[in-house]
Amino acid sequence: MITQHLPVLQVIVPLLTAPLCLLAQNRRFAWGASLAASGTAFLIAALLLAQTLEQGIISYELGGWSTPWGIEYRVDTVNAFVLLIVTAISSAVLVFAQRSVTREILSTRIPVFYAVYMLCLAGLLGIAVTGDVFNLFVFMEISALSSYTLIALSEQRRALTAAYQYLFMGTIGATFILIGIGLLYMMTGTLNMHDLSQRLPAVTATRTVETAFAFLTVGISIKIALVPLHLWLPNAYAYAPSVVSAFIAATATKVAFYVLLRFLFTIFGVSFAFKTMPLNLIFIVLALAAMFAGSIAAIFQDNIKRLLAYSSIAQIGYMILGISFASVTGLTAAILHLFNHALMKGALFLALGCVVYRLGMANMKQMRGLGRRMPWTMAAFALGGLSLIGVPLTVGFISKWYLVAGALERGWWPLAVAVLVASLLSLVYVWRVIEAAYFQAPLPAHNDETGEAPLSMLLPTWALILANFYFGIDTSLTVGVASSAAQQLLGVSE
Amino acid sequence: MSVLIGHYNYWIVIFLMMAGLYVVIAQGNLVKKIVGLNIFQASVFILFISMGKIEGGTAPIVKEGMSLYSNPLPHVLILTAIVVGVATTALALALVVRINEAYRSVEEDEIHEQDQSF
Repeated sequence: MITQHLPVLQVIVPLLTAPLCLLAQNRRFAWGASLAASGTAFLIAALLLAQTLEQGIISYELGGWSTPWGIEYRVDTVNAFVLLIVTAISSAVLVFAQRSVTREILSTRIPVFYAVYMLCLAGLLGIAVTGDVFNLFVFMEISALSSYTLIALSEQRRALTAAYQYLFMGTIGATFILIGIGLLYMMTGTLNMHDLSQRLPAVTATRTVETAFAFLTVGISIKIALVPLHLWLPNAYAYAPSVVSAFIAATATKVAFYVLLRFLFTIFGVSFAFKTMPLNLIFIVLALAAMFAGSIAAIFQDNIKRLLAYSSIAQIGYMILGISFASVTGLTAAILHLFNHALMKGALFLALGCVVYRLGMANMKQMRGLGRRMPWTMAAFALGGLSLIGVPLTVGFISKWYLVAGALERGWWPLAVAVLVASLLSLVYVWRVIEAAYFQAPLPAHNDETGEAPLSMLLPTWALILANFYFGIDTSLTVGVASSAAQQLLGVSE
Repeated sequence: MSVLIGHYNYWIVIFLMMAGLYVVIAQGNLVKKIVGLNIFQASVFILFISMGKIEGGTAPIVKEGMSLYSNPLPHVLILTAIVVGVATTALALALVVRINEAYRSVEEDEIHEQDQSF
């Protein structure tokens, strides 16, 4: 039965599409093949999620080698949920990409773009699906190397330095993770996550395991762009082609966040991570720093892509705050926000992609009066902005609701206040864009051709915007899955 | 004393790791930074490889009279990590070539100046 092999197909489909795109050297074919692969991956992810909700954990032995010796692909509710959001965003972005890349990437490089995009997707899905820590490192490098390439495909020269900087930070982060994995292997003699989680308790009192924990946490934090390790992110998002910004902003940090969840909760276990090690205090401080520094920096940005990048740093703070509660509600909030933030940032970056398609760039100056020239695009941006702020009926509200509930449940009400104040800051930067677009006269330099973006770009943007509202109103799927994922991670039975 | 000599492989690893990181941070030349990154990665390779060594153990080939073998798995893992390292270096060098084409420089401060000026 083919359904038995779904976990591995999840990775293989995009991985094999990559060389196809490269060999065909044809733009249309490369686009069609990538979209088909991404759509298939989405279907597989949906099937996997349905299977895990029904039967629990799916374990797949790669090549028939039995665990813990062979590589195991292990899917539970947590990673099935991550797979679903990554493939959904990837498919929406690919629909958008067909027109968008013609403006932002040299036409001879477009087949290469799709090939690298597929590699990046395969890497991200591989990270999420694998149950083997070394395999995870390899997939992490596949996705990271391809995302550096994707950023450097932009025609702006600053993208090159941004990619170079990202490459250094990313490689240092990945090498830290590799050191951590090595130290864990030294103590336990296994690389399988499930096996690690069972063998670690016997040796947790050693310096080696504590060092491994530190290296892994720092390494993954670089990948997540947690303040103060976020310096690679603003330039990388700001100068990458719009489709790449949308894809990476919505998926790469989310998958890295999943890796953090996996290591902290599944492998080390909550009592080691938060009781033996004082991680929750560190995370609370860094999360607050991220929420405020990110939001305040976003207020002063002129380049709107950079503004959204800083806002991403702030949003990562919310997720880390959710983890630091180490409770079911807090973790539910973190996982919900992982999903919800992917939806809102994906939608906002796609809306900006429409602006860049028509105007060539997206600075505050270009936004003036754009509400009349590109009504659908700007309406999408405004609605996405509402979701980012966390207005009721949007997904942003749902995740903040759970975050505040988690803080109050612990009795840490100052943190709940901090979440609300940081949301007000996001109101400020979203309002700056809205004000420019709707209440300022357009620049005379705008030529009259500046009209609405093509339908093939508006449709995916609006699809994500509507998803922002759909999952903000009907939360049964997202909250249900997120809370059962949180319970699985904490080892609490339902 | 035994801490110093008995763990000499770790001291080498730590020295290389710090030297590599220092080069990455302190050097302004983009190519030299890549060299630093390579030293940093090489230190981790050595960490893994020395981990597999068992005192008195031989190469992991089944042969009569041999009962103690070194662990070959870390070596295999590091083979993969070396490939990843080579790919990273290649990509970084390719980026430096393109940066040099675009900015006519591989010095960090000069590139930064050009970015600020417009």
